[in-house]
Amino acid sequence: MSLKSAVGRARGLGSAKEGAGHFWAQRVSAIFLIPLSLWFAVSVMGLSHADYATFKGWMGKPGNATLMVMTVITVLYHAHLGLQIVIEDYVHCEAKKLVSLIAMKFAAVFLAVFMTVSILKVAIGA
Amino acid sequence: MVDFALPPNSRVQPGKVYKAAGAKRVKVFKIYRYDPDSGANPRLDSYEIDLDNCGPMVLDALLKIKNEIDSTLTFRRSCREGICGSCAMNIDGTNTLSCLKPIEDIAGEAAIYPLPHMPVVKDLIPDLTMPYAQLASVKPWMQTQTAPPPDGERLQSPEEREKLDGLWECILCFCCQTSCPSYWWNGDRYLGPAVLLQAARWILDSRDEMTGERLDALEDPFKLYRCHTIMNCTKTCPKGLNPAKAIGAIKEKLIERRL
Repeated sequence: MSLKSAVGRARGLGSAKEGAGHFWAQRVSAIFLIPLSLWFAVSVMGLSHADYATFKGWMGKPGNATLMVMTVITVLYHAHLGLQIVIEDYVHCEAKKLVSLIAMKFAAVFLAVFMTVSILKVAIGA
Repeated sequence: MVDFALPPNSRVQPGKVYKAAGAKRVKVFKIYRYDPDSGANPRLDSYEIDLDNCGPMVLDALLKIKNEIDSTLTFRRSCREGICGSCAMNIDGTNTLSCLKPIEDIAGEAAIYPLPHMPVVKDLIPDLTMPYAQLASVKPWMQTQTAPPPDGERLQSPEEREKLDGLWECILCFCCQTSCPSYWWNGDRYLGPAVLLQAARWILDSRDEMTGERLDALEDPFKLYRCHTIMNCTKTCPKGLNPAKAIGAIKEKLIERRL
Protein backbone atom coordinates (compact mmCIF):
# COMPACT_ATOMS: atom_id res chain seq x y z
CA MET A 1 0.00 0.00 0.00
CA SER A 2 1.28 3.47 -0.84
CA LEU A 3 0.10 6.79 0.50
CA LYS A 4 1.95 8.68 -2.24
CA SER A 5 -0.19 11.47 -3.69
CA ALA A 6 -1.82 11.09 -7.11
CA VAL A 7 0.33 13.89 -8.56
CA GLY A 8 3.43 12.23 -7.12
CA ARG A 9 2.43 8.96 -8.81
CA ALA A 10 1.55 10.69 -12.09
CA ARG A 11 4.89 12.56 -12.21
CA GLY A 12 6.64 9.31 -11.29
CA LEU A 13 10.34 9.17 -12.08
CA GLY A 14 10.01 11.95 -14.66
CA SER A 15 10.77 11.73 -18.35
CA ALA A 16 13.38 9.30 -19.68
CA LYS A 17 14.10 11.94 -22.38
CA GLU A 18 14.19 9.10 -24.86
CA GLY A 19 11.72 7.49 -27.21
CA ALA A 20 11.85 9.73 -30.28
CA GLY A 21 14.91 7.78 -31.49
CA HIS A 22 13.07 4.47 -31.18
CA PHE A 23 10.00 5.94 -32.91
CA TRP A 24 12.12 7.32 -35.77
CA ALA A 25 14.13 4.10 -36.15
CA GLN A 26 10.91 2.09 -36.41
CA ARG A 27 9.61 4.34 -39.21
CA VAL A 28 12.90 4.50 -41.12
CA SER A 29 13.36 0.71 -40.97
CA ALA A 30 9.76 0.31 -42.19
CA ILE A 31 10.55 2.56 -45.16
CA PHE A 32 13.71 0.51 -45.87
CA LEU A 33 11.59 -2.63 -45.86
CA ILE A 34 9.23 -1.46 -48.63
CA PRO A 35 11.76 -1.81 -51.50
CA LEU A 36 13.63 -4.65 -49.75
CA SER A 37 10.47 -6.76 -49.30
CA LEU A 38 9.43 -6.17 -52.91
CA TRP A 39 12.89 -7.18 -54.13
CA PHE A 40 12.85 -10.25 -51.85
CA ALA A 41 9.38 -11.37 -52.98
CA VAL A 42 10.20 -10.95 -56.68
CA SER A 43 13.54 -12.75 -56.23
CA VAL A 44 12.01 -15.69 -54.35
CA MET A 45 9.34 -16.07 -57.04
CA GLY A 46 12.02 -16.02 -59.72
CA LEU A 47 13.99 -18.72 -57.90
CA SER A 48 11.05 -20.93 -56.98
CA HIS A 49 12.07 -23.80 -59.27
CA ALA A 50 15.81 -23.23 -59.15
CA ASP A 51 18.26 -25.92 -58.03
CA TYR A 52 20.99 -25.25 -55.46
CA ALA A 53 23.66 -24.46 -58.03
CA THR A 54 21.45 -21.83 -59.69
CA PHE A 55 20.59 -20.35 -56.30
CA LYS A 56 24.27 -20.28 -55.30
CA GLY A 57 25.11 -18.54 -58.55
CA TRP A 58 22.38 -15.98 -57.95
CA MET A 59 23.47 -15.39 -54.35
CA GLY A 60 27.09 -15.13 -55.48
CA LYS A 61 26.36 -11.85 -57.22
CA PRO A 62 27.48 -9.05 -54.84
CA GLY A 63 24.28 -7.02 -55.37
CA ASN A 64 22.03 -9.96 -54.43
CA ALA A 65 24.12 -10.94 -51.39
CA THR A 66 24.19 -7.32 -50.18
CA LEU A 67 20.42 -6.88 -50.55
CA MET A 68 19.79 -10.23 -48.85
CA VAL A 69 21.95 -9.29 -45.84
CA MET A 70 20.25 -5.86 -45.70
CA THR A 71 16.80 -7.49 -45.81
CA VAL A 72 17.62 -9.90 -42.99
CA ILE A 73 19.18 -7.24 -40.75
CA THR A 74 16.45 -4.68 -41.39
CA VAL A 75 13.67 -7.22 -40.75
CA LEU A 76 15.26 -8.30 -37.46
CA TYR A 77 16.02 -4.74 -36.39
CA HIS A 78 12.44 -3.66 -37.13
CA ALA A 79 11.01 -6.77 -35.44
CA HIS A 80 13.13 -6.20 -32.33
CA LEU A 81 11.88 -2.60 -32.05
CA GLY A 82 8.29 -3.82 -32.36
CA LEU A 83 8.71 -6.70 -29.92
CA GLN A 84 10.22 -4.30 -27.38
CA ILE A 85 6.98 -2.28 -27.53
CA VAL A 86 4.86 -5.43 -27.14
CA ILE A 87 6.83 -6.59 -24.09
CA GLU A 88 6.71 -3.12 -22.49
CA ASP A 89 2.97 -3.00 -23.15
CA TYR A 90 1.98 -6.31 -21.64
CA VAL A 91 4.67 -7.59 -19.27
CA HIS A 92 4.30 -5.66 -16.04
CA CYS A 93 6.47 -7.68 -13.65
CA GLU A 94 9.79 -5.76 -13.70
CA ALA A 95 11.97 -8.89 -13.45
CA LYS A 96 10.09 -10.73 -16.21
CA LYS A 97 10.12 -7.58 -18.36
CA LEU A 98 13.88 -7.19 -18.02
CA VAL A 99 14.58 -10.87 -18.75
CA SER A 100 12.26 -10.96 -21.78
CA LEU A 101 13.69 -7.72 -23.21
CA ILE A 102 17.28 -8.96 -22.87
CA ALA A 103 16.43 -12.45 -24.21
CA MET A 104 14.57 -10.94 -27.17
CA LYS A 105 17.47 -8.62 -28.03
CA PHE A 106 19.94 -11.50 -27.73
CA ALA A 107 17.80 -13.65 -30.04
CA ALA A 108 17.55 -10.80 -32.58
CA VAL A 109 21.32 -10.23 -32.61
CA PHE A 110 22.00 -13.99 -32.78
CA LEU A 111 19.61 -14.46 -35.70
CA ALA A 112 21.01 -11.41 -37.52
CA VAL A 113 24.60 -12.69 -37.26
CA PHE A 114 23.64 -16.32 -37.95
CA MET A 115 21.65 -15.40 -41.06
CA THR A 116 24.37 -13.05 -42.32
CA VAL A 117 27.03 -15.74 -41.90
CA SER A 118 24.75 -18.26 -43.65
CA ILE A 119 24.15 -15.92 -46.57
CA LEU A 120 27.86 -15.22 -46.92
CA LYS A 121 28.64 -18.92 -46.72
CA VAL A 122 26.34 -19.62 -49.67
CA ALA A 123 27.46 -16.50 -51.54
CA ILE A 124 31.24 -16.79 -51.21
CA GLY A 125 31.79 -20.21 -49.66
CA ALA A 126 33.22 -23.14 -51.57
CA MET B 1 1.23 -9.78 -17.22
CA VAL B 2 -1.67 -7.52 -17.90
CA ASP B 3 -4.88 -8.75 -16.22
CA PHE B 4 -7.37 -9.44 -18.98
CA ALA B 5 -10.15 -10.66 -16.64
CA LEU B 6 -11.87 -8.76 -13.86
CA PRO B 7 -10.92 -9.75 -10.30
CA PRO B 8 -13.58 -11.96 -8.64
CA ASN B 9 -14.98 -9.12 -6.51
CA SER B 10 -15.55 -6.95 -9.61
CA ARG B 11 -17.46 -9.51 -11.70
CA VAL B 12 -20.92 -8.24 -12.55
CA GLN B 13 -23.92 -10.24 -11.24
CA PRO B 14 -27.54 -10.12 -12.42
CA GLY B 15 -29.50 -7.45 -10.52
CA LYS B 16 -33.00 -6.23 -9.79
CA VAL B 17 -35.71 -5.68 -12.41
CA TYR B 18 -37.97 -2.63 -12.30
CA LYS B 19 -41.07 -3.00 -14.53
CA ALA B 20 -42.93 -0.09 -16.16
CA ALA B 21 -46.58 -0.89 -15.57
CA GLY B 22 -48.98 0.18 -18.34
CA ALA B 23 -46.28 1.61 -20.61
CA LYS B 24 -46.75 1.23 -24.37
CA ARG B 25 -43.29 2.16 -25.70
CA VAL B 26 -40.91 0.41 -23.31
CA LYS B 27 -37.12 0.71 -23.41
CA VAL B 28 -35.02 -1.40 -21.07
CA PHE B 29 -31.97 0.22 -19.48
CA LYS B 30 -29.45 -2.22 -18.03
CA ILE B 31 -27.38 -0.20 -15.62
CA TYR B 32 -24.20 -1.10 -13.73
CA ARG B 33 -24.71 -0.77 -9.98
CA TYR B 34 -21.98 -0.90 -7.40
CA ASP B 35 -22.04 0.18 -3.78
CA PRO B 36 -18.66 -0.20 -2.06
CA ASP B 37 -20.35 0.03 1.38
CA SER B 38 -22.44 -3.10 0.74
CA GLY B 39 -19.44 -5.37 0.18
CA ALA B 40 -21.39 -7.08 -2.62
CA ASN B 41 -20.23 -7.57 -6.21
CA PRO B 42 -21.43 -5.10 -8.84
CA ARG B 43 -24.76 -6.01 -10.45
CA LEU B 44 -26.70 -5.08 -13.57
CA ASP B 45 -30.16 -3.66 -12.73
CA SER B 46 -32.87 -3.50 -15.43
CA TYR B 47 -35.14 -0.48 -15.56
CA GLU B 48 -38.09 -0.36 -17.95
CA ILE B 49 -38.75 3.19 -19.10
CA ASP B 50 -41.92 4.49 -20.75
CA LEU B 51 -40.51 6.43 -23.72
CA ASP B 52 -43.81 8.34 -24.11
CA ASN B 53 -43.10 9.86 -20.74
CA CYS B 54 -39.36 10.54 -20.95
CA GLY B 55 -37.03 13.07 -22.57
CA PRO B 56 -35.04 12.12 -25.70
CA MET B 57 -31.55 11.68 -24.26
CA VAL B 58 -30.01 8.91 -22.15
CA LEU B 59 -29.44 11.46 -19.38
CA ASP B 60 -33.20 12.15 -19.37
CA ALA B 61 -33.79 8.44 -18.75
CA LEU B 62 -31.20 8.35 -15.96
CA LEU B 63 -32.80 11.38 -14.30
CA LYS B 64 -36.23 9.79 -14.66
CA ILE B 65 -34.95 6.63 -12.97
CA LYS B 66 -33.37 8.62 -10.14
CA ASN B 67 -36.40 10.88 -9.66
CA GLU B 68 -39.21 8.36 -10.08
CA ILE B 69 -37.97 4.77 -9.81
CA ASP B 70 -34.78 4.34 -7.78
CA SER B 71 -33.26 7.31 -5.99
CA THR B 72 -30.16 5.29 -5.08
CA LEU B 73 -28.86 5.34 -8.68
CA THR B 74 -25.72 7.48 -8.61
CA PHE B 75 -24.12 9.37 -11.50
CA ARG B 76 -22.46 12.72 -12.23
CA ARG B 77 -24.26 15.31 -14.34
CA SER B 78 -24.39 19.06 -14.53
CA CYS B 79 -24.92 21.10 -17.70
CA ARG B 80 -27.05 18.60 -19.69
CA GLU B 81 -25.77 20.15 -22.93
CA GLY B 82 -22.38 18.56 -23.61
CA ILE B 83 -20.09 21.23 -22.23
CA CYS B 84 -19.26 20.18 -18.67
CA GLY B 85 -18.15 16.61 -19.37
CA SER B 86 -19.60 15.30 -16.11
CA CYS B 87 -21.96 12.65 -17.47
CA ALA B 88 -19.36 10.68 -19.45
CA MET B 89 -20.11 6.96 -19.29
CA ASN B 90 -20.08 3.82 -21.41
CA ILE B 91 -23.40 3.63 -23.26
CA ASP B 92 -24.20 0.80 -25.65
CA GLY B 93 -20.52 -0.15 -25.71
CA THR B 94 -19.13 3.31 -26.47
CA ASN B 95 -17.86 6.02 -24.16
CA THR B 96 -19.91 9.15 -24.63
CA LEU B 97 -21.84 11.88 -22.81
CA SER B 98 -25.26 10.69 -21.70
CA CYS B 99 -26.68 14.18 -22.32
CA LEU B 100 -25.67 14.06 -26.00
CA LYS B 101 -26.67 10.44 -26.66
CA PRO B 102 -30.21 10.10 -28.06
CA ILE B 103 -32.07 7.07 -26.69
CA GLU B 104 -33.43 6.33 -30.16
CA ASP B 105 -29.87 5.73 -31.43
CA ILE B 106 -29.61 2.63 -29.25
CA ALA B 107 -31.01 -0.56 -30.77
CA GLY B 108 -32.58 -2.97 -28.24
CA GLU B 109 -31.70 -2.80 -24.56
CA ALA B 110 -29.48 0.08 -23.49
CA ALA B 111 -26.45 -1.12 -21.50
CA ILE B 112 -24.88 1.59 -19.34
CA TYR B 113 -21.57 1.17 -17.49
CA PRO B 114 -19.13 3.61 -15.91
CA LEU B 115 -16.09 4.69 -17.98
CA PRO B 116 -13.99 1.54 -18.48
CA HIS B 117 -10.94 0.45 -16.51
CA MET B 118 -11.16 3.09 -13.79
CA PRO B 119 -11.77 2.33 -10.13
CA VAL B 120 -15.50 2.80 -9.44
CA VAL B 121 -16.54 5.13 -6.62
CA LYS B 122 -20.21 4.17 -6.89
CA ASP B 123 -22.55 3.04 -9.71
CA LEU B 124 -21.68 5.17 -12.77
CA ILE B 125 -19.06 7.32 -11.04
CA PRO B 126 -15.44 6.49 -11.91
CA ASP B 127 -12.52 7.63 -9.78
CA LEU B 128 -10.71 10.12 -12.05
CA THR B 129 -8.04 11.13 -9.54
CA MET B 130 -5.22 9.71 -11.67
CA PRO B 131 -6.18 11.38 -14.98
CA TYR B 132 -6.60 14.71 -13.16
CA ALA B 133 -3.14 14.32 -11.58
CA GLN B 134 -1.70 13.40 -14.99
CA LEU B 135 -3.32 16.52 -16.45
CA ALA B 136 -1.72 18.65 -13.71
CA SER B 137 1.66 17.04 -14.49
CA VAL B 138 1.72 18.52 -18.04
CA LYS B 139 1.18 22.05 -16.64
CA PRO B 140 -1.85 22.94 -18.76
CA TRP B 141 -1.41 26.68 -18.52
CA MET B 142 0.59 29.31 -20.40
CA GLN B 143 4.25 29.50 -19.41
CA THR B 144 6.40 32.38 -20.62
CA GLN B 145 9.60 34.22 -19.89
CA THR B 146 8.51 37.44 -21.58
CA ALA B 147 6.29 39.60 -19.40
CA PRO B 148 2.87 40.29 -20.92
CA PRO B 149 2.52 43.68 -22.65
CA PRO B 150 1.37 46.24 -20.07
CA ASP B 151 -1.34 47.62 -22.34
CA GLY B 152 -2.98 44.51 -23.73
CA GLU B 153 -3.06 40.78 -24.34
CA ARG B 154 -0.33 38.60 -25.78
CA LEU B 155 -0.92 38.73 -29.51
CA GLN B 156 -1.42 35.81 -31.85
CA SER B 157 -1.99 35.91 -35.61
CA PRO B 158 -5.18 34.34 -37.00
CA GLU B 159 -3.00 31.58 -38.52
CA GLU B 160 -1.38 30.87 -35.16
CA ARG B 161 -4.76 30.86 -33.45
CA GLU B 162 -6.09 28.42 -36.04
CA LYS B 163 -3.59 25.81 -34.85
CA LEU B 164 -5.50 25.55 -31.57
CA ASP B 165 -8.77 24.62 -33.29
CA GLY B 166 -9.70 21.04 -32.49
CA LEU B 167 -7.76 21.30 -29.22
CA TRP B 168 -9.34 24.08 -27.15
CA GLU B 169 -12.79 22.50 -27.48
CA CYS B 170 -11.85 19.53 -25.26
CA ILE B 171 -14.08 19.42 -22.19
CA LEU B 172 -12.00 16.84 -20.29
CA CYS B 173 -14.76 14.25 -20.03
CA PHE B 174 -12.07 11.51 -20.33
CA CYS B 175 -14.16 9.43 -22.77
CA CYS B 176 -11.05 9.11 -24.95
CA GLN B 177 -8.69 8.47 -22.06
CA THR B 178 -10.71 5.50 -20.79
CA SER B 179 -11.35 4.08 -24.28
CA CYS B 180 -7.64 3.63 -24.96
CA PRO B 181 -6.33 0.04 -24.54
CA SER B 182 -2.84 1.40 -24.01
CA TYR B 183 -4.18 3.50 -21.13
CA TRP B 184 -5.97 0.43 -19.74
CA TRP B 185 -2.73 -1.56 -19.62
CA ASN B 186 -0.31 1.20 -18.66
CA GLY B 187 -2.45 3.99 -17.18
CA ASP B 188 -0.02 4.43 -14.31
CA ARG B 189 2.73 5.61 -16.68
CA TYR B 190 1.10 6.48 -20.04
CA LEU B 191 -0.47 9.95 -19.90
CA GLY B 192 -3.38 9.01 -22.15
CA PRO B 193 -5.08 10.77 -25.08
CA ALA B 194 -6.98 13.45 -23.14
CA VAL B 195 -3.89 14.60 -21.25
CA LEU B 196 -1.68 14.47 -24.35
CA LEU B 197 -4.25 16.50 -26.31
CA GLN B 198 -4.03 19.13 -23.56
CA ALA B 199 -0.23 18.97 -23.74
CA ALA B 200 -0.44 19.50 -27.52
CA ARG B 201 -2.77 22.44 -26.97
CA TRP B 202 0.08 24.27 -25.15
CA ILE B 203 2.92 22.97 -27.34
CA LEU B 204 1.13 24.33 -30.42
CA ASP B 205 0.23 27.67 -28.78
CA SER B 206 2.42 30.37 -30.36
CA ARG B 207 2.28 32.45 -27.16
CA ASP B 208 3.77 29.74 -24.95
CA GLU B 209 7.57 29.97 -24.54
CA MET B 210 8.30 26.64 -22.82
CA THR B 211 7.75 24.37 -25.84
CA GLY B 212 11.17 22.73 -25.49
CA GLU B 213 10.68 21.97 -21.80
CA ARG B 214 7.20 20.61 -22.53
CA LEU B 215 8.62 18.31 -25.23
CA ASP B 216 11.45 17.24 -22.87
CA ALA B 217 8.89 16.28 -20.25
CA LEU B 218 6.90 14.20 -22.74
CA GLU B 219 9.75 12.41 -24.51
CA ASP B 220 9.43 9.13 -22.70
CA PRO B 221 8.69 5.57 -23.85
CA PHE B 222 5.72 5.44 -21.49
CA LYS B 223 4.38 8.98 -21.00
CA LEU B 224 3.98 9.57 -24.77
CA TYR B 225 5.09 6.61 -26.85
CA ARG B 226 2.57 4.12 -25.46
CA CYS B 227 0.26 5.68 -28.05
CA HIS B 228 0.14 3.11 -30.85
CA THR B 229 -2.37 5.05 -32.98
CA ILE B 230 -5.19 2.66 -32.09
CA MET B 231 -7.58 5.61 -32.67
CA ASN B 232 -10.27 4.55 -30.16
CA CYS B 233 -9.85 8.06 -28.72
CA THR B 234 -10.82 9.73 -31.97
CA LYS B 235 -13.67 7.30 -32.62
CA THR B 236 -15.25 7.85 -29.22
CA CYS B 237 -14.80 11.61 -28.65
CA PRO B 238 -18.31 13.02 -28.09
CA LYS B 239 -17.08 16.45 -29.22
CA GLY B 240 -15.74 15.11 -32.54
CA LEU B 241 -12.11 15.96 -31.71
CA ASN B 242 -9.05 14.02 -32.82
CA PRO B 243 -6.71 13.27 -29.88
CA ALA B 244 -4.71 10.80 -32.04
CA LYS B 245 -3.88 13.66 -34.42
CA ALA B 246 -2.83 15.87 -31.50
CA ILE B 247 -0.52 13.12 -30.22
CA GLY B 248 0.85 12.78 -33.77
CA ALA B 249 1.62 16.52 -33.72
CA ILE B 250 3.68 16.08 -30.52
CA LYS B 251 5.60 13.17 -32.08
CA GLU B 252 6.22 15.31 -35.17
CA LYS B 253 7.67 18.14 -33.06
CA LEU B 254 9.97 15.68 -31.29
CA ILE B 255 11.31 14.48 -34.66
CA GLU B 256 11.46 18.03 -36.05
CA ARG B 257 13.86 19.14 -33.35
CA ARG B 258 16.19 16.18 -33.99
CA LEU B 259 16.53 16.59 -37.76
